[in-house]
Amino acid sequence: MQDFFHMGGYAFFVWSAYTVVLVVLTANFISPMRRRRRLLREISQQSSRKIINDAETQT
Amino acid sequence: MWTFFHKLGSPRYFYDLSGRVLPWLGLATAVLLLIGLYWGLVVAPPDYQQGDSYRIMYIHVPSAWMSLFVYMVMAGAAVISLVWKMKLSEVVAANCAPLGASFTAAALVTGMLWGKPMWGTYWVWDARLTSELLLLFLYLGVIGLRNAIEDPRTRARASGVLTLVGVVNIPIIHYSVIWWNTLHQGPTISKFSKPSVDPTMLWPLLIMVVAFMLYFAVVLLMRARCEVLARERNTAWVRQLAAQA
Repeated sequence: MQDFFHMGGYAFFVWSAYTVVLVVLTANFISPMRRRRRLLREISQQSSRKIINDAETQT
Repeated sequence: MWTFFHKLGSPRYFYDLSGRVLPWLGLATAVLLLIGLYWGLVVAPPDYQQGDSYRIMYIHVPSAWMSLFVYMVMAGAAVISLVWKMKLSEVVAANCAPLGASFTAAALVTGMLWGKPMWGTYWVWDARLTSELLLLFLYLGVIGLRNAIEDPRTRARASGVLTLVGVVNIPIIHYSVIWWNTLHQGPTISKFSKPSVDPTMLWPLLIMVVAFMLYFAVVLLMRARCEVLARERNTAWVRQLAAQA
């Protein structure tokens, strides 16, 4: 196990490289998920406001 | 076949279908990534020359390949939007740019971290590294141009032309290690010869390449779905979707 983390003395280079790629892949995965959630929230607020507005104009 | 493409042009159909495909695609990506990582980091033996540092290859090579592949997808989408002005191709072209830029950045950084212990330096201005850096600037140029132009049609045309001009760089990157003999090692895997790497080291690399391809498909679809929601925000089906969420 210790050998695995030691990487034959190249631990710094190997693990930095893997960390960078992990961060890049995760960020690209999370950003559209967050955008989707934000969009859906915006749209539902927008349409509920529209329903209220329509109701007010009718009365 | 044609009816399928025709249906795909319908935003709602695209959204529904991609929503059903995505979980499976994501699962396949995750499984392949885990297998590739375990094989590459644990099972594969250390290299007789480079020791364990060569394990950076398992993320460096897929990132670098994807940086070229995404550019070609973006260029293909640019041609389609320039000639036929298809909406979906414009969405693909727009969303390829940031993904390609991040693959390019990942390839450059992992390459530097591999270069330091093996070459003694993080960076040399050799043909491969310089042309890959140019690729990053091309991606950033496309992103910047897209952000700068308000009118959608001008935006599609201008960024499409810039993308196509930049295609010249792709064969330069690909053949740079053959045309100029510098620090960067030659291709490990080539169509025309037997790979110069042992199968126990090659398999995890191939798995990682496929995993990165699938990953790209997953994030591109996720981004395209967001684009559909944003464009169709005033339609009944999107409102209903938003109300349910």
